[in-house]
Amino acid sequence: MTILRFQGQDFVYEAPRTVLESLAEHGVEIPSGCRAGVCQSCLMRCLEGEVPAGAQEGLKPALVAQGYFLACRARPSSDLTVALADAEGLRQRAHVLAVESLNQEIVALRLKPERPLDYRAGQYLRLYRQADLSRCYSLASVPTLDDWLELHIRRIPEGRVSAWVHDQLRVGAQVEIGDSLGQCFYTPGQEEQTLLLLGTGSGLAPLYGIVRDALAQGHRGPIWLYHGSFTVEGLYHQTALQRLAGQFPNFHYVPCVDRAGPEALALNARVGTVLEAAVSDHRVFAHHRVFLCGHPDMVKDARLKIFLGGASMAEIHADPFLPSGT
Amino acid sequence: MSLYQQLGGEAAVNAAVDIFYRKVLQDERINRFFSGVDMEKQSAKQKAFLTMAFGGPNHYTGADMRRGHAHLVAQGLNDSHFDAVVEDLGATLKELGVSDALIAQVAAVAETTRNDVLGK
Repeated sequence: MTILRFQGQDFVYEAPRTVLESLAEHGVEIPSGCRAGVCQSCLMRCLEGEVPAGAQEGLKPALVAQGYFLACRARPSSDLTVALADAEGLRQRAHVLAVESLNQEIVALRLKPERPLDYRAGQYLRLYRQADLSRCYSLASVPTLDDWLELHIRRIPEGRVSAWVHDQLRVGAQVEIGDSLGQCFYTPGQEEQTLLLLGTGSGLAPLYGIVRDALAQGHRGPIWLYHGSFTVEGLYHQTALQRLAGQFPNFHYVPCVDRAGPEALALNARVGTVLEAAVSDHRVFAHHRVFLCGHPDMVKDARLKIFLGGASMAEIHADPFLPSGT
Repeated sequence: MSLYQQLGGEAAVNAAVDIFYRKVLQDERINRFFSGVDMEKQSAKQKAFLTMAFGGPNHYTGADMRRGHAHLVAQGLNDSHFDAVVEDLGATLKELGVSDALIAQVAAVAETTRNDVLGK
């Protein structure tokens, strides 16, 4: 007998139904659309057991790696514990290890979670100021390299969470965090492929994690990181990134600023947007794996331009969460 | 062998979807209907459309088609735009080396959705 476990309840599964059909028979409705493995409305995540063969066809490698599958395509042959894809998972406490200034408006918040957090470099999590007041921030840390979680938090004018982090959080304080989320991360395979990462402002955080993760996993193809800001003062981590570029000949760090000036010259920064710099360096993106993070307009423009420039839609990664405004 | 199998099934859809979407986005006759939409979601919809046009498994009904395009019909979507999409679809398949006979069959399947898409 095969058991489907969902939200703490056990259901008997009978072949040849799909997980979607089986749960529906037991009165559990999962959101669904085409029921043909195309629209991905019925995306679920396998928490325990073996993902049924064929249930991950057409999913991004990032989703496959995390055990996501399509309920309308899944015919399990052994017990399976499943969850809805958008379940945020468990919250937990974390201790503040450091609040370090990266530039005038961005701090690095280092946290030690009470339980090890299962995450990929480039994912994001929710940071709670209180139960009903939270924001999502990308992780800049890499699980295999860093003993802590690191978030880069820009002070938003009137920001209720960012101001609290900047002005009130001190070493030793306790905060609550949610589970790791998002599909913007490096997956091994195709080690010769060109990686192209475009970020603005604190959007550097996940890209910084992804670059270090890819290098640590032995990525051999060229890795191009473009980080943009209005002025040189808005950039950060230049020294660490330049050091990384010295250490790994396949890694290229390209700082970009809107205004020319002596500081930009000293840093060898490009004048113009990250997208302009990337287009002028690469022109065609047919074999690139792309990661975008930062200002929503940049992400939107870059996705269009890079897709039209030949990149496959499945190779363009960007997390959809937007700054909340306050 | 079904049309879907002759075309190469899901692998053929995956090969076609980026090419087709790029053509649509660069087609001045119709790209205004696609400006401002979430590109990733739109790409998934294009994939569903191609699967249907290729004679593959789908559960889309005429009512879905009407609902999904009503806001575009209100913006002036008409037969000329539908023709442009079918043309882009044909050009995509041509580029992938599909025979004219099979392209005609795909166009015929797409044609069955015309009235629902245009809300007629």
